[in-house]
This record gives sequence, C-alpha cells and structure tokens, in this order.
Amino acid sequence: MNVNQSVPPVPPFGQPQPIYPGYHQSSYGGQSGSTAPAIPYGAYNGPVPGYQQTPPQGMSRAPPSSGAPPASTAQAPCGQAAYGQFGQGDVQNGPSSTVQMQRLPGSQPFGSPLAPVGNQPPVLQPYGPPPTSAQVATQLSGMQISGAVAPAPPSSGLGFGPPTSLASASGSFPNSGLYGSYPQGQAPPLSQAQGHPGIQTPQRSAPSQASSFTPPASGGPRLPSMTGPLLPGQSFGGPSVSQPNHVSSPPQALPPGTQMTGPLGPLPPMHSPQQPGYQPQQNGSFGPARGPQSNYGGPYPAAPTFGSQPGPPQPLPPKRLDPDAIPSPVIEDDRNNRGTEPFVTGVRGQVPPLVTTNFLVKDQGNASPRYIRCTSYNIPCTSDMAKQAQVPLAAVIKPLARLPPEEASPYVVDHGESGPLRCNRCKAYMCPFMQFIEGGRRFQCCFCSCINDVPPQYFQHLDHTGKRVDAYDRPELSLGSYEFLATVDYCKNNKFPSPPAFIFMIDVSYNAIRTGLVRLLCEELKSLLDFLPREGGAEESAIRVGFVTYNKVLHFYNVKSSLAQPQMMVVSDVADMFVPLLDGFLVNVNESRAVITSLLDQIPEMFADTRETETVFVPVIQAGMEALKAAECAGKLFLFHTSLPIAEAPGKLKNRDDRKLINTDKEKTLFQPQTGAYQTLAKECVAQGCCVDLFLFPNQYVDVATLSVVPQLTGGSVYKYASFQVENDQERFLSDLRRDVQKVVGFDAVMRVRTSTGIRAVDFFGAFYMSNTTDVELAGLDGDKTVTVEFKHDDRLNEESGALLQCALLYTSCAGQRRLRIHNLALNCCTQLADLYRNCETDTLINYMAKFAYRGVLNSPVKAVRDTLITQCAQILACYRKNCASPSSAGQLILPECMKLLPVYLNCVLKSDVLQPGAEVTTDDRAYVRQLVTSMDVTETNVFFYPRLLPLTKSPVESTTEPPAVRASEERLSNGDIYLLENGLNLFLWVGASVQQGVVQSLFSVSSFSQITSGLSVLPVLDNPLSKKVRGLIDSLRAQRSRYMKLTVVKQEDKMEMLFKHFLVEDKSLSGGASYVDFLCHMHKEIRQLLS
Amino acid sequence: MATYLEFIQQNEERDGVRFSWNVWPSSRLEATRMVVPLACLLTPLKERPDLPPVQYEPVLCSRPTCKAVLNPLCQVDYRAKLWACNFCFQRNQFPPAYGGISEVNQPAELMPQFSTIEYVIQRGAQSPLIFLYVVDTCLEEDDLQALKESLQMSLSLLPPDALVGLITFGRMVQVHELSCEGISKSYVFRGTKDLTAKQIQDMLGLTKPAMPMQQARPAQPQEHPFASSRFLQPVHKIDMNLTDLLGELQRDPWPVTQGKRPLRSTGVALSIAVGLLEGTFPNTGARIMLFTGGPPTQGPGMVVGDELKIPIRSWHDIEKDNARFMKKATKHYEMLANRTAANGHCIDIYACALDQTGLLEMKCCANLTGGYMVMGDSFNTSLFKQTFQRIFTKDFNGDFRMAFGATLDVKTSRELKIAGAIGPCVSLNVKGPCVSENELGVGGTSQWKICGLDPTSTLGIYFEVVNQCQKFGQYNKEDPTSFRLSDSFSLYPQFMFHLRRSPFLQVFNNSPDESSYYRHHFARQDLTQSLIMIQPILYSYSFHGPPEPVLLDSSSILADRILLMDTFFQIVIYLGETIAQWRKAGYQDMPEYENFKHLLQAPLDDAQEILQARFPMPRYINTEHGGSQARFLLSKVNPSQTHNNLYAWGQETGAPILTDDVSLQVFMDHLKKLAVSSAC
Repeated sequence: MNVNQSVPPVPPFGQPQPIYPGYHQSSYGGQSGSTAPAIPYGAYNGPVPGYQQTPPQGMSRAPPSSGAPPASTAQAPCGQAAYGQFGQGDVQNGPSSTVQMQRLPGSQPFGSPLAPVGNQPPVLQPYGPPPTSAQVATQLSGMQISGAVAPAPPSSGLGFGPPTSLASASGSFPNSGLYGSYPQGQAPPLSQAQGHPGIQTPQRSAPSQASSFTPPASGGPRLPSMTGPLLPGQSFGGPSVSQPNHVSSPPQALPPGTQMTGPLGPLPPMHSPQQPGYQPQQNGSFGPARGPQSNYGGPYPAAPTFGSQPGPPQPLPPKRLDPDAIPSPVIEDDRNNRGTEPFVTGVRGQVPPLVTTNFLVKDQGNASPRYIRCTSYNIPCTSDMAKQAQVPLAAVIKPLARLPPEEASPYVVDHGESGPLRCNRCKAYMCPFMQFIEGGRRFQCCFCSCINDVPPQYFQHLDHTGKRVDAYDRPELSLGSYEFLATVDYCKNNKFPSPPAFIFMIDVSYNAIRTGLVRLLCEELKSLLDFLPREGGAEESAIRVGFVTYNKVLHFYNVKSSLAQPQMMVVSDVADMFVPLLDGFLVNVNESRAVITSLLDQIPEMFADTRETETVFVPVIQAGMEALKAAECAGKLFLFHTSLPIAEAPGKLKNRDDRKLINTDKEKTLFQPQTGAYQTLAKECVAQGCCVDLFLFPNQYVDVATLSVVPQLTGGSVYKYASFQVENDQERFLSDLRRDVQKVVGFDAVMRVRTSTGIRAVDFFGAFYMSNTTDVELAGLDGDKTVTVEFKHDDRLNEESGALLQCALLYTSCAGQRRLRIHNLALNCCTQLADLYRNCETDTLINYMAKFAYRGVLNSPVKAVRDTLITQCAQILACYRKNCASPSSAGQLILPECMKLLPVYLNCVLKSDVLQPGAEVTTDDRAYVRQLVTSMDVTETNVFFYPRLLPLTKSPVESTTEPPAVRASEERLSNGDIYLLENGLNLFLWVGASVQQGVVQSLFSVSSFSQITSGLSVLPVLDNPLSKKVRGLIDSLRAQRSRYMKLTVVKQEDKMEMLFKHFLVEDKSLSGGASYVDFLCHMHKEIRQLLS
Repeated sequence: MATYLEFIQQNEERDGVRFSWNVWPSSRLEATRMVVPLACLLTPLKERPDLPPVQYEPVLCSRPTCKAVLNPLCQVDYRAKLWACNFCFQRNQFPPAYGGISEVNQPAELMPQFSTIEYVIQRGAQSPLIFLYVVDTCLEEDDLQALKESLQMSLSLLPPDALVGLITFGRMVQVHELSCEGISKSYVFRGTKDLTAKQIQDMLGLTKPAMPMQQARPAQPQEHPFASSRFLQPVHKIDMNLTDLLGELQRDPWPVTQGKRPLRSTGVALSIAVGLLEGTFPNTGARIMLFTGGPPTQGPGMVVGDELKIPIRSWHDIEKDNARFMKKATKHYEMLANRTAANGHCIDIYACALDQTGLLEMKCCANLTGGYMVMGDSFNTSLFKQTFQRIFTKDFNGDFRMAFGATLDVKTSRELKIAGAIGPCVSLNVKGPCVSENELGVGGTSQWKICGLDPTSTLGIYFEVVNQCQKFGQYNKEDPTSFRLSDSFSLYPQFMFHLRRSPFLQVFNNSPDESSYYRHHFARQDLTQSLIMIQPILYSYSFHGPPEPVLLDSSSILADRILLMDTFFQIVIYLGETIAQWRKAGYQDMPEYENFKHLLQAPLDDAQEILQARFPMPRYINTEHGGSQARFLLSKVNPSQTHNNLYAWGQETGAPILTDDVSLQVFMDHLKKLAVSSAC
C-alpha cells in the first residue's frame, strides 16, 4: 500500500493511522480516509474546503460504514478533534454523538426524504439511475474518499441498512437519505461547491440520488451504488431500471441501503448543518433515514441538506479521512431487512441477500443462492462490455450445500429405465426453462435451441400460456434444483455402484503415540462408527469401514465378523503397494462390532512402545485406493498423519522449507508439490472415486503443499493441528472428526456446467480434478465444498432471453445410489454497464478473486499476483467511475454501491497470509490456508478475510440476539469491554484491561483481570447470565462454521495480543499490509491514474 | 562264490558302501575297457546300532593337503608312536593323548571292525533345529483341512526346543509372526515380485540399522537377532498359539473366476522362506517344508498361467520347446536351491494334487539340498499323512532320523581319481590331486555338502580308472546262440531291459513332474531300493505252496494266484481271476474255507510291512483281474505274451498284454545279435 504517504500531517488522526497522515494534508485530515498522498492534498488544498465538507460527509459516512455506532464515533472524530479522540477513544460512542450531531443535520434533511424509503422502489427509480452506483465519492480533495456513496443510502436507507447504511448514510447522508445521501455523494461534487452543501447538494443529490437511488431501488444496495455515479443519472433511465429491480427484489433495496456507500458520506459530513440531520439518521438514524428515503422526494431535500452539511464540514476539514466515513464491512441492514422474508427465486436475475444475512429460500424455478451465487446477476451482453468492466463473471457453486431444516432437500425424480430427459444435442437436462412447443409434442432446448421430440411417456398438454399442465407436479419443470435417479448408463462400467466405504488410516509412529493421538482417536472411533452417514430413513449406514495403521510400513486389519480376534497383516513393500486381503477388510460396523472394538482397544497397546519415527505417505493412500478398487466401490480415506514422510518409499519428501524464498521469484515453489508422484496418485484416486481427507498433526514442517495435493484433487479436506496435545486440542480435533465422518458425501462425482449460447464456463477453482476442459471430476464432494466457475463470452447475449446456467452433478450417494443433481439459474443480461454494477455481489467477487490469486501463486511471483488483483480492482472501479458515475471532481472516489466494500475486502485478500505472510506464518500455514480457501464458499471467504468482531459487554445481558459486530480495527476496541473475534477458523476472546471486575468474575471465575490465564482455551462453566450468554454465543458461532474454532482468550497488552491483532484487518499489519484507509487511498490513486 | 558275495554284502551292511566292481582293473588300459563305470554307492548315515559313541576328535594326517583320518588300514609304529598315512604316506606323530597306545591297547579307529566309525564332536554350540512350514492356501476345503490337521499334529512330534515358523501363500505370501498376543500378525508380500534376501529382511524388520558395530560381538552365534524370534519360535512356547493359528487358516480369499487357476505364488513364498533363514540362521539345521496343492501360477517361478484352458507343460511340450515358463522357473528354483544349499538348509516339497504341481521345475530345491520330495493326489490321503508323519520318526536312540549340514570328503590313494558324485549334494569346490578332470555327476571336487540327510540317503561316488568298454560275455563271432554271460553279469541285461522301461528313462505316460519325482528318489536310495525301482519285485501267493518270487512277466499272471508287486513307489496286490471270483462268492467268510481267508490275508500283511517301513510311503493298490487299477501291474511285467505274438495267444499260462513294447526275449535276442556282430 504505497498509498500512504509517510506524511502524517494530522497528528490528531494519528489514530486513523499513519496513512492518514498523508492524507490529512488533504483536508482529509478529517477525511483522512482519502489515501491521496500529500501531493494530492496540495491539490486538495483548493478542495480543502470541499474537504472539510467532505470530511463531514466522511464523518457522516463513516458512521454508516461502521454501522450505526461506529458511524457515530466516526463522525465524532470528524468533529476533527473529536476524531482523533475517536481513534484513540476506545469508545467511539462518545465522539459518535457529536458526529451524529453533525450528520444529523444533514441526515435529517435526508432523513425526511428517506422516510419515504418504503416507496423506494418508485423513488429509486428516479434516483436509481444516477446515484445508484452510489459510490463512495471521495471528494476528498482527491484523496478523500468521498462518501459520495450516497446512493447506498437510498436503497439501504430504504430498505436496508438502517443500521449500516444509515451509518454510512450519515456519512453519506445523501445515501442514507439514501438517495439523498447519494446525492451527497454527488454532493461531493457539490461539496466542491461547498457552500452549496446544503442546498446544492440536495439538488444535485436529488437528481443524482434519484438516479443513484434508483439503482438502489433495484438491488437495494446496488442501487445506491448506481446512484452514486448516476448523478446525471436522474436522467438515468437507470431509475426505472432500478425500480424494476427493486420491485422485483424489495429486499435488495434494503441491502443497497446498507451497502450504500455510506462511505461516500464523507461528503455529507462536510455539511455540518446537515449533520444534525444525520444524527437522526444515525441514531434513530435508521429509522428516520428510512423515513426520508421512503420519501424519495424527500431525499432530494436531503440533498439540500447535504449542502448544508458541507457547511459544517468545514470545521472538520482539518481532520483526516474519517475511518467511519469509509464503507464499513459491518453490514446490519441487509441482515435486518432481508432476513425476514423468504427469498423467492422465481424472478430472473435477482440479487440474493448477502451471505451474512439469515434468510430462507423458496425455490420457484431458480437454484437457491445456497447452491449458486454469482458475481453479477446481470451479465453484459457482449464480451466488449465485459472486458471494459473487468468484472469477473463467475458463479460459486456448492452443489450439495446443506440446507437449514426449514428448507426441503431437492426432490428426487425417478424416470425409470428411460432415465432423465435431456436435449439431444447439448445434453442439457430437462428444466423449467425448456420451452414446450407444438402442443407439447416437442420442446426447444433453452441452452442450445435444438428442437427435441418429447417421448410419448413424457407427453403432456400445454395450457393457454404454453405451459405444460403438469408443470407444477414435476420438480424438473418447476424448481431450480432437483435430482434424477441415474440409470445404469450413468454408472462406471455400466454397473450400479456398491455402497461406498470409509477407510481409517492411522499413523502409529512415535510422534502419534507420544502425543496421545492414537489412543484418543481409537477411543473416539468406537462410538463414532455408529454415526456414519446414512440415507433417508435407513436404519444403518450402508457404508463399510476398514482400518489401516502405518509408520514406514503398513498394517492392514482383517476384522471379519467371524474372527475371534482381528488379524494384522503387515505390508512392508511400500515401493510397490498392494492390498493384502479382500474379505474382512471392509466390513459392516454392526456385524463386526466386537472385532472392531477389540482392534481399536489393541492398536494403542500394540504400538505403545514403538520407536519408529519414520513414516510413509503415498503408499498409504495408494493402499486405500487399491482397497477400494479391489472392493469395486468408491469411498473416502481418513488419514491421520504426523510427520514429513522421509522413509524410503514413493513420495518420499525432504525438508525444503526456506523462508528466504519469500518475495523472490522462487516463492511459488513453496506452494508447489515437491514431486509429481502426488499428482499421479491423485489422478488414480479420482478414477477410483477415492476421496482423501487428511488430518495433520505436525510438530514441524510437513510440507502441507505437497501432502495436500491428493486431498485437494480428490475433493477431500485437510485439517491441521500444529503441535497437537490431547489436553489442548482434543475438543477441536474430535469435533472436526465427528463432523467430517458424519457429513453426507457424494462419491465418484462428475460436475458439468452448461450455459446458454453466448457464454461458457472457461475456468474452475476448487478441490477437484479435471482431465478435460469441461468435466469437473470429484472423487468426493461434501456439503462444504464449492466450485467456483468463471464464464467468458463466446457470443452475444440477448437481453430478452437472459443467460442460463445449469449445473449437473452426477454422483453416488452414501447408500450407493447413483444420482444426478441439477441446479438451474437464470440471469439477466444488460447493454448498460450501470446495470452490471448495480447487480454485483462483492462477496462472491472476492471469493473468485481470492481463489484466482491463490491459484496464481503456484505459477507467478506473489508480487505479480498482488499487482494483478489491484489492477483489476482499479479497472473495475475506474470503469464504473468513467461510465456510470456522475461527472465529478477527479479527487472524488466514487464506488458503486454494490462494490463499495471491494477495496476493503480486496485489501484483506492482499494482506492475507498467503499473499503477504507475517514473520510468524509458516510455510505450512500458508499452503494450508491456500488450499482451504480454494474450496470455500462465499460465506466462508467473507468471514475468513474480514473477521467478525463482536462486543460482548456492550449490549445488556438479557438481550438474546447476537450483538452487532464492530469493525475489525484496534480503534474499535474499548479496554472496558470484552470482544469475540472469529474468522471461521479461529476464535478469540479479547479482554480489555479495564473490564469490570464483576464481569471478569462472571466469565472467568477469577477475581481480577490479572488472574485470567492468558491463552485459556475453555471458559469455565458458570451459572450466571453472562457466562451462559457468552458460552452460548461461542457455541452458536461454532455451529455456524464447518470447522471447530478453537477459543483463545487474549488479554489486552498481553503477548498473545499480537496474534489477535493479526486479525484486525482494517489496521496496518505487522507484515506490511496496508490499513483500510491507506489502501482505499491507494486504490483511489490507481483509479485516478486509469481515468487520466 | 557265495562267500565272496556274502563278503560284499557284509561290507555293505557294515559300511554302507557297495562298489560296482569288486575287483579292479590293474591298469589304465584295462580300466578303459570297462563299460560299467567304477563307482560305489555310499550310505553315509547307515544305521549302525552297534557302533559305540566315540567322544573324541579324530586324528588327522598332518600334511595340510591330506588330512586323512587315522584308520585301521594305516601302518602304525607302536613303539615310535607313529602312524603312516595310507593316502599320502606321511608319517605322523600320535597326539599326546595317545601316549598309552600299543598293540593291545588300540583306539577304536584302529580296530578292523571299525572300518566305519562315528565321532561325536563336542565343539560348537548346539543350536535348535528349525522347521519352517510354507503352506499353500489355494486348496480345496477338504485338502486344506487335512493339511492343517497334519501340521497341527506335527507340532507334537517336533523337538520341544525346535524353532518353527509359518509362511502361507496364495495370491499373496504371508509370513506369520508367532509371538504376538491378542492379535495375530503377519507380513504380507506380493506374490508377483521377486525380492532379494536383503529386501526381504528389511521388510520383515530383521535388519537392525540402528545398532551396527558394537553389537557384533564375535563368535556369539547364540545371539540371534531378537527380531527373528518373531517369526521363528520354540515349539514349546507357541504350540498353542500356532495350533490356533493353523486352525484359523482360511483358503486363499481372492476370488478365482471360472476357467482360471487360483493364483499361487509358490516361487515368491519359497524365496521369502529362503531369505528369512538366510539372514537369521545361516549354517544351522533348518528345514523349509513346502506344502503345495498345485502349480505356481504367478510371479517368479510360475510354471503355468492361470488360464485353465492352457494345460501345464507335458513331455511333448518340452520336446517341442513349447514350455514357455519352464526355463525361467527352473532357473528361479535353481537359484533358490543353491542359496539354500550354501546356507546349509534344506527344502522339502510335499506336492499333493491330481495334476502336476511343477516338480520338474522345483526338483532341484529338494535334490540339491537333501530335502524330501513327496508326491500325492491329495493331502487328505494316508499316503501324505503317514509319509509326513514318518519324517519325524526317531531311531532306537530316540534321535530324529534326520541330519543336517553334512560335508562329505572323499580321499583316494594315488591310483584313483574322483570323477564326481550323484545324490542330494552340492559341490564344495575343493580341488586336489585326487580330483579327476573328467566329471560325472557333481564333479570337480573331493568334498560335497549334504544339507539334509537321513539314514537311507545314498550317494553314488564315481571314480576314474576306466572309461571304455569290455565285453563281459563269451561268444562265437556271428553266432548269437553262443553268447554266454558270466554269472555275475547274468542279470545285467535284464536290469537294462527294465531300466529302459522304467520311469527314469521312459517318459511316455509319465508327466514331467512324475519323472522328476521318480528320479529324485532313484538318486538317493541304496542298492536294494534302487533295484526294486528298476525291476519291481513280484511275489506270488497260491495254494500250491508258500509265497514265492516269480518272474516279472506276463506269464506269471495266473487265475489262481494272488500277486504282490513292489515297485518302490507302488504296492500292488492283484487277485487272479479265479481268486477274485471266490472272494466275490464270499468263500473267505465260510469257516470251512478259512485257508482261503488266510491266503487272501497273507499278501495284505506283507504289504503292510513294506508300507510301514518305506519312505515315502508307496501308493497302495488293491485290485483284481479286470480291475481298472490292474494296469499298474500290467504295465510293469515283461510283455512276453501280447496280442502280437500269436503263438502264445490263447494259452492259459498267463495274461496277454496289449502293447507294442518289445519283450525281454526280443530284447535279449537283439542284444546278442549286436554283441556277436563283427562290427564290434
């Protein structure tokens, strides 16, 4: 993040971060946010006034971003002096108030407009166009990140984000005013006018907002974004467009609000007068805000407010970019607004609620977002457009996603011997988009337009609308997701498969024994085997199990039910692995229970005195694979492994860990496997349907990059427990193990993504193997694994017909049934870039970009990968700015509402361990994370890159809801509070040094802060409301994640705190990662360069 | 004459030595005119209950190249306490312990009656015997069950301190660890891959990489690597364990599809057994006992593929050079046999199957190491069960009738050179002045190693004095009728006639396996037994007199006789037509025909006697006139009456044989004609 200039002009901001300093110059100070280097500032000077204004806005925005509270704080800071304080102030609240105040003014005005939000749709329309994009306009004299975002507000304001958006709104009042705010965003420009703030802004904003809002209207959040740019937008048909959107997806509207780049707000802040208005927004803010929004008309007024705001900002000018003024990843409005109503999938191209929102899905013809999420739900019609925008077109597909209990699993359709009905030419499966013609005697394929005969047994008459009268009786004609029973033609060797098998392969070398792992595992398996996945109402699982132990030789066990004792068969010929037995190796758990129990009792005893420290690896997997081959079934290997396989055998590895390679052209070798043996083996495994799950318990370097190749290519998982100790890691390991063993898996799967003419799937990311360019082969696929697919144009798309995706997954179920799961999704197509930007999903984008980058490090220097990401992001945003945003000062950073978080998230990706490792991150950790991310879904990448930070003691103990998160920055921590931080893998409980003694007592059962054990991993079970609540919250967080998060208690000022701070991703990282503000400034610079 | 013959027999009785010539040619010229090589049959461990144990070391000739043992034929100077070596004429001092020696106070080795003497050497530690069972599991359920029972039974027959080990094989090879509690453990090897001894030991964890030099304390053979004890355990410690283990042995579980032979990894199993002992117990008495129920069908040493439609090689295939696996397999087993012999271990082969099992290729394993070879139809037969049991019989001293690790050293006086030996031995490559350049059998050495032997093991030792022919008969030229042979040679042509018809030379109607089997035994039996093999003995039982030997001729097959034929490998009891009818009528059950009952019983009793004593146990065939099994008899007798010689046809004096083989009469006529022809 070169962005930051060293100049820390604004000491006060200091907090904001060094970066700011640079900014500060630019009047930012207040707006500090603006990355613009000092130089810009110079330029800004002129702008400064504007800045000031901006700052205010920023402030106001800040609030939005941070969420209501932060916002307020932020604002406070905006107050300038206040700011500094804020930063410092653990408690943002204090300051916030002021800020709010400021905003209030602005907001109020907006507020009123916002109020109408309810009406948003209409309003939006108007606004939509312009403001929509509601980017965060960094008016900052350049640097500033103007919260121009106002657009966000509209939607958000309306629907959403009361909280967030509002916050932002506040900043961006315009936004919040929603649209109003947008205007502000635009206002910024106005701001330039400065004086205008109030009025002008409004006006402008109004229009712009209108436009911008409109967008929001469409996709709530997006709209905002739209707005931003749109200023001109008013004119924008955009609005209209947006409206439709909105209409279609009310929920979206809300999100927009949220997303609304409140950030843009900066501008608003400018107008202190407005601020008052804001306050309302912020505080009751949301409430009000919405109100205003609803009144679109109102919004406009809001705009005016902005104008007024500017005024106030002036005072602010001195301050830097307000951290609260920049878009906040903490989004509550989408949560609150879109979580209440089910998301109905009937309409093409709807943007689903954010992944952080709890919502139910009603399948009415398109696949649930739990199965497929797209980077954009509106695809450019031409490749030129797509190239111009640089927005990757990708879908993140999770074919076997688990559903909440309220949602039904896909129906299974049995077409008997004839099998599923498919298009003769492109082989697409029957789906709701197929067009029946000629009275139902034929159908036209929606993917390739081929006309096919309807087989007699499938014939049905059409009703007056051309729909088959049985459409609603048949899942494949009315639902987005469903399954077909496969016929024998879909089976390997034209033979129905046998039920799959699980093989447990346990390292029994000295290390594994010493740590107690083997004993623990064997004990656990005894009971765990009763919970093998079963299908439907089956009484017992069809899955057979087998056992292997190994060190540098392999031990197979015959556990045939007729034996009195298990028999061990040792295979030492690891160079040429084979399976020594057939009968009795894979058994039914219930039939062989006595023998299995006896075996599991004896394994720890047999090897208790082992001195063998060497292990093999490849032969172990090979053995498992051969065993499955011999049994003619698919299955999964559970490998429990401790050390670098240095014994003489295929796949033997040497320790090649070399940190000196970091930041050199050879760094990529750290991510590449040492030898090709692993890939070769993986290929064989895939051919056999042998999925490998690897549990690692390393004491030192084990070369995860190499060892994880097979799990990676076979659709398996890798779990790593460094320096495993039973006492500390037992719960985590057992919990992961239980989950892993119990989860439903599809075996021997092939996934194919078909698209309608015009686009096609060109690239795939995830844990799988591909032997050709179209078929994704997965030895195993569970409900946690996703495949990210990138699409490219190969022809023109048609706005009328949109674009269709069909993902077909052929797999063998846990019971050995061969099935096809089909997911269909229809997307809109657009000829206007604004539509594209209005329907984007930043979380999904980040998922794609992270995977793209993480794959890139295998082949390119890490620096090149980082640069590519930054450039792409800048191009995306510049394209928006150029084509969609209203004309405004180049100094203004305008972000599309839907992408207002792109910079912050991207920054998190850039500073992640893989792309910018800290000194404490091992090579193995990096390889581990790299492969983990490869198969993460959008929810997981979202929280992984931007952890959730939950204050535990801010809300009353009685409140039952999850406390609203705060932004991941040290500034947000108050030393009088306790926080939980989670990123899907880790869980920290941070205890401030000044936490009340009563709280300490209630949670830790010790009398003072100093008595709390640092690094504690378990909270004592205490019978008091706070303890119950915290433990309950921890449990519920764990339940949400696919891996058990081990808890670490971190005390403020303790040495463990370093570890914790690593996850405060908005701050500058020790390894050189930029702070959010710095990065935003940098991004702004990049954009400006592109634009000029 | 009779006394000289008796003298010869007495010598054989005493020393286990019998020469082809008892008067030797005096010159090389004479010697070159002898047709029959000068040779002797030697039974080194012939049972001698009368021999006193000599508990001291033999006295050796001091000439380093000689080292002959002091013997009764040496000249001794009692006063000077000197003796002259009768091989090299070196004069040697008696050792101090012989200080009291005199004409009247002679040590045993100087007494004439101790021309054979056995020293009991006290040197060296006693190491336990080792029995390593290598068991084929590709058997029918019945067969496997019978085999398991035999093996379990054998545990009780082993010396309690003997070490036993178990290797089983089918598609894979399993080496069973015998010391484990609770869980039975085995090491498994792929049946298709040959491994070096080093690899095998590595894979079995028998090499101790961590502790090299310091452990290698010199001359501590007692200390076996602890690891090896996992596979070879004293019987008394693990007999219960092993009994259970054997009891749980399952047939090879890998599916055998229709039209296929089971995959049987005999070659690798043997290789592993050899490798296991090679590394852990070199030069100790060890028996690898291979029990197999079919041919090796995969891996090194495979004899036939697993496609049933392709039959195992026959003599016909071999002649046509059509046995594609034979050479390679033979090479594999020869390599194993040589390694085993070098280690002083021996390999037994117990092959029980209706079809061939690859003895042809594997024969060297038993032949070179002094192991047993037993062939039967099934493990579920008394032939196998009793033969196997007989291996563990003990002599009058309570010692097992088996010996290991023998070195045979033959010394000759200057006039004689050693051409070689035939028998269960390998050369020790000890050259010397008494070794001939011409080799016969295993030659080029004066010492041989016999890894395993028993009291009946007999070797043929060949000497060079002679190579060429001489006539043994008297005749007038061109007059066949004038041909006469000396008495001592009267039977020679007859033996030759039967030898030509014997399975040792005649491969027609014999599988390569059978030929190998017969030859194996022929090469190690003493004179009497080998003569029986060449010319089976035929006894007749009738009301006309006591049992009597009769001519091995079709004319001996009469309706009112019971015949007992002993071919060594078979005992055939044949009831003449009338006798068979009587028996069918049940006369033997009538009190008034008790004599008939006795008549029937007599050959049975005699047969039992033979069966009890012989190793391997012969196939016992009880048949009658017209019975299908009568072919065993009919194929052996001299076909003096066939469908071809009409003059004999229809006579009631015997049974005509339906064959085109020539009869002894024709053979003799032809022989005479050749002998007297002027061509010679």
